[in-house]
Amino acid sequence: MAQTLGYLKESPSQTAGPYVHIGTNPNWVEITGVWDKDLGLVLVGPDTKGERIVVKGRVFDGAGAPLRDALIEIWQADAAGLHNSPQEKRGAADPHFAGWGRQPTDAVTGEYKFETIKPGRVPYIDGRPMAPHITVWIVARGINIGLHTRLYFDDEEAANAECPVLARIENKARVKTLLAVRSEENGLPAYTFDIRLQGEGETVFFDI
Amino acid sequence: MSDQGPFIQRNRDRHPPAYTPTYKTSVLRSPQHALLSLGNTISEMTGPVFGHNMLGPLDNDLIRNFAQTGDPIGQRIVVYGRVLDENARPVPGALLEFWQANAGGRYRHKKETYLAAIDPNFGGCGRAITDQEGRYAFRTIKPGAYPWPNGVNDWRPAHIHFSVFGHAFAQRLVTQMYFEGDPMIWQCPIVRTIPDKAAIEQLVAALDRNATLPMDAMAYKFDIVLRGRRSTLFENRMEGN
Repeated sequence: MAQTLGYLKESPSQTAGPYVHIGTNPNWVEITGVWDKDLGLVLVGPDTKGERIVVKGRVFDGAGAPLRDALIEIWQADAAGLHNSPQEKRGAADPHFAGWGRQPTDAVTGEYKFETIKPGRVPYIDGRPMAPHITVWIVARGINIGLHTRLYFDDEEAANAECPVLARIENKARVKTLLAVRSEENGLPAYTFDIRLQGEGETVFFDI
Repeated sequence: MSDQGPFIQRNRDRHPPAYTPTYKTSVLRSPQHALLSLGNTISEMTGPVFGHNMLGPLDNDLIRNFAQTGDPIGQRIVVYGRVLDENARPVPGALLEFWQANAGGRYRHKKETYLAAIDPNFGGCGRAITDQEGRYAFRTIKPGAYPWPNGVNDWRPAHIHFSVFGHAFAQRLVTQMYFEGDPMIWQCPIVRTIPDKAAIEQLVAALDRNATLPMDAMAYKFDIVLRGRRSTLFENRMEGN
């Protein structure tokens, strides 16, 4: 026998279950008074730099029904392409933008919605710029391990065309599953990003 | 061991696959396409950080943080442990969120209809941030098993859900903690989505008599391992990758 390498093994994932909100959004499920406000509901304030946008959509199962018990988290760079994280070594991010948000999907309509800013471009591992994107992470009943995907913007055609990550999607017809569709809501650019877990139009999910 | 750089690849043989038909809800909620292997870019190697100053004094005390008229009913327990990475280094500053049913197996959630009673003094949520050695602790009531509409007579083992933030979004993890000696563990379709018995046992908290509070609460130890950063002895990527 060879020597052991001594690494520990990652704890295995389990589903977040249908009652994930008790732990993540207790006020939303009327468990009030434990903490003031649920984390991650508000991303932008008056001092946040960048273009305000709305990001919204629904998550559909393989039969086309929206998930009404999912939890969506987003993580993104600031307007200059810097992350508000100690692991960000390229410079200081906008202190008025945490870059992380969390929303449950609506218990009736299944819609999620974030008010945020359009992120700046971030370099890929070889230094080439990736197109502006938001990391999206989904957990829910029936999802055994959180699903990672990316939201890109359909009005960033030039940047999307040269994005080294989008270029890795071999089936080009699947690229559009990552493109949020621009419209307008209350005078703000609104991007609809529907996520299809399974079947026709299935969203591209990543092993990161 | 670097403080930057990519994380050890996730071993998906030890995690549950997406499609696990004995856990019925997974049938329509599992992607059919293979995951696209991206690895880590800066977007995945960074992540949000939560300061200890966001915590209230009762955030890790589920016995008192929702109490209205007295203590909740049930077996008082302490749950403690460490958050480590795969390189066996502590993960300080990790935000843990936990949620659970009460002693009778009833969740305080508007969609929950199980006939077991709500406990007026138990909310079921808590959170903690690990210290410099990666340690956390909370006290609570041991949750009860509860039935769920999967098979005609399926019951979840007693469990506490955990959501964990490490230092990077690549480490984000949601899991469940089970209790040593519970025979329900090995009958549960959700537990059994994990194909590897040793991996399941990594989710079973050990009864620790040394950490009990005598005449007060039993104690369970539950360590959590997050992905560790790769050891890059000969770095050939550009600085700042």
